[in-house]
Amino acid sequence: MTAASKAGAAVIVVGAGVTGLSAAWWLARSGVDVLVLDKGIVGWEASGRNGGGASHYHSPLFHEEQRLWPLMDEMLGYSTEYRRERVIFATTEHHLGHYRDMARMCRDIGYRVDDLDPAQVREFVPLAGDNVLGGIHLRFGGQANPQRTVQAYAWALQDLGGRILQHTPALRIVQSGGRVAGVETPRGLFACDHLVVAAGPQSEGLLAQVGARLPLAPARAEMIVTEPAPLMPVGGADGNGLYGRQTLRGNLAYGGGPHEWMEVGPEGPARRPSTPLLRNLSRRVAELLPRAAHLRVIRSWAGVVENTPDGRPVIDRLEDPGNLTLATMSGVGFGLSPASGRAIRDLVIEGRCTFAEIGKLSIRRFDGLADDWREAAGWVPTSHEAGARALGVI
Amino acid sequence: MTARGFDPKAQAGKVPAPSRRVEVLVIGAGPAGIAASLEARRGGAEVLLVDENPVSAGLMGLDVPLYYGGRQTAAVQAGTRMIEQVFAARPALAEAFEAGVEIELGVSCWGAWVPGLGLASLPEPLAGLADEDRAWMVGFDRLILATGARDVVFGFPGWDQPGVMGAAALAALLETYDAFAGRRLAILGMGDLAVATARLARDRGLQVVALIDPAAEPRTDLPPGVEVLAGWAPFLAAGGADGVESLTVRELVTGAERVLTCDTVVQAIALTPAIDLLDVLGAALVMDPARGGHVPVIADGGATSLPQVFVAGDVAGVADTLAAQQAWIRALAAQNGGRVVLCQCEAVTREALLAVRQPDYLGPPSPGMAARDLGAVLQDGPANPDQIKRLTRAGMGPCQGRRCREQVALTLAGAANTPVSAIPLAGYRAPVRPLPLSVLADWDEARIMGGHWDVWFGIKGQWTPYDDIGTEREALYDNLLGGDMHL
Repeated sequence: MTAASKAGAAVIVVGAGVTGLSAAWWLARSGVDVLVLDKGIVGWEASGRNGGGASHYHSPLFHEEQRLWPLMDEMLGYSTEYRRERVIFATTEHHLGHYRDMARMCRDIGYRVDDLDPAQVREFVPLAGDNVLGGIHLRFGGQANPQRTVQAYAWALQDLGGRILQHTPALRIVQSGGRVAGVETPRGLFACDHLVVAAGPQSEGLLAQVGARLPLAPARAEMIVTEPAPLMPVGGADGNGLYGRQTLRGNLAYGGGPHEWMEVGPEGPARRPSTPLLRNLSRRVAELLPRAAHLRVIRSWAGVVENTPDGRPVIDRLEDPGNLTLATMSGVGFGLSPASGRAIRDLVIEGRCTFAEIGKLSIRRFDGLADDWREAAGWVPTSHEAGARALGVI
Repeated sequence: MTARGFDPKAQAGKVPAPSRRVEVLVIGAGPAGIAASLEARRGGAEVLLVDENPVSAGLMGLDVPLYYGGRQTAAVQAGTRMIEQVFAARPALAEAFEAGVEIELGVSCWGAWVPGLGLASLPEPLAGLADEDRAWMVGFDRLILATGARDVVFGFPGWDQPGVMGAAALAALLETYDAFAGRRLAILGMGDLAVATARLARDRGLQVVALIDPAAEPRTDLPPGVEVLAGWAPFLAAGGADGVESLTVRELVTGAERVLTCDTVVQAIALTPAIDLLDVLGAALVMDPARGGHVPVIADGGATSLPQVFVAGDVAGVADTLAAQQAWIRALAAQNGGRVVLCQCEAVTREALLAVRQPDYLGPPSPGMAARDLGAVLQDGPANPDQIKRLTRAGMGPCQGRRCREQVALTLAGAANTPVSAIPLAGYRAPVRPLPLSVLADWDEARIMGGHWDVWFGIKGQWTPYDDIGTEREALYDNLLGGDMHL
């Protein structure tokens, strides 16, 4: 009998995205027998299709995120392509004002941010042009390769004896005596003492099975990537309405702009189309980095993320059943994953997060939410005609 | 669900209806595309026929859309003259023009979309077109893809230099461009494509040094005077500043070597349908070796799974060359070991692919990484080229995998001991032509796109520092940021 065929584990994690894999890895580091189930391939959804940013000053997990990222390659034993620091620079006065405000916010919570003049911006970001008005240099944060990182978590987990079953969707949460007893899959029933649900958009449906309400609205967001450019001193260079990174290979990967709300069934996103939005992204990259305007766009992609009504994560352990912990990062999960996984590990083992206060990320904050919150917010699939009418352009 | 509210940060309503909409848009002005255009026109439809030939010198240099192998002459840089050349080379274009088909040459289609699943926000079916200077959108009622087939090519030592090319590219340079720079050809393959290639070359006064194929039994219907090296395979293409000068071949059984003097090695083993736009559209595809690889699911009249989209010509299917492809990949692997480069753009070798080796720019692998290989990945699930691409970068470069997709799929199938038909398609994404940012950019963007542009979702309160949530300072951030991170 191979290890993978052993039916069950002390902890089962549903979802081999970056949050679920990190949680499983942290649990395995504590000696917990852990099994990850995924409907497809590790990191196949938004976890492997994002901008790779790791600079989330708004999060209660921020300090831990910042502490851990420089250590991750060594802790995991695999490269994440992590690069330190970011530069955010403006080509309009409007943007420059916001960046300076952002710098103040970061300084307020104890992190160093330097103001940059245009020449300094071009030193860090040689692809920037004469249109730069100024910028800020985050002396923290950074960026990593999402695809390499999710695989690193997966392999690091396996190195610790943890197991991953790909192509094994969780169909049903099986309960017994008021507790989660296991997970039913097409490969049979897997028993567990504790269940972690980190299944992205599908988490809502899974949690409904145990009577918990996790309100989520899935949406698609897009990015483009160019052929390689010479490596810049700082790989994270944002601005002009874009988030992005230069990969260590040299490619420029950028996203931003409109999203599209969609429906996602229990089996996950049916398609992840990218759209003509790539033209609007191309324009903004060419404006932000005029010396890269000649570079060829070689690909675009889209990821499907789930959003909570307030856009903030839910990291919580249910009261009933008491052996179920859940996490959604509301579309901002990659960079925080070293810390979110640890928080989940803490909830499972200790019953509370030991390194940060995360009470405001409780699922209970949505208790009074109206059933039709998505319709009320307009967070539902919307036709071009309906959108154009609402925007007043037809 | 019906929306009561409205999210101004979402895409709906922001992709403008194109300035032009045609009843029938045909992509590809080969025989099938011209015939489809004429038929539609004679049926009374307004028809726009676009063809990317003449392809810009820049794209040709990247081996897009065909594997030109650097053997185009400088004539391809003269854009206007080349448009006349393409028009003159395809007399049927004049007939189509006379019949009232609108024709645009030197225009590529880099993406196409129809409103549908997960894509409710489009105003109508749209195609993205571009020439060398700019991109634009065209709406259509009906899209006919006559995008033809492209070369399936294989790596051997020295193939990543000028002078190694594909049969479809050779035919284009000879027949459409009259701009082929080679003189002496060694042709890889012994099937119908190789024979047709040899005939074409000889008709054009080129020397054909030999046909080379690992299959032991030579076919008997070859053109007279063409030497056939059956049971042989290329070992090394050697050359200088201008590329290939000779091809060393080896007999598989005896190991005997011969050095063939030639300036061009034409890979004429296989073609595969050019389905990139179909994949971007989300049309149903199927792996069907009898039709030459991944092909659209089709019904009568070239109908695809998408009601607005049809196919005509080779994109619907070409000859079954799977057995030959497998014989070639095996022979080349046996001859050349692991050091041969499969993905030219990212310099991924066969052994790097099998080891799932991280790219060199990451430095030496960690012990854990060094211990991982394709076998370990396969224990966790079936081989998927897109997963292997993420790890090794094979297929991730500017040629968009055109030179390595089939090699990677065949190599993965061999390693996984599964039929290649079980290997999923490595996905195609727009733009299916690698065009510059400045060309793709929408410089005349609708104001409504920029007015609500947000770096992320624009959810009020999402970026409020955690400690300030629920305090009087929360309002400060709502005022300051209004939900926008404002990057």
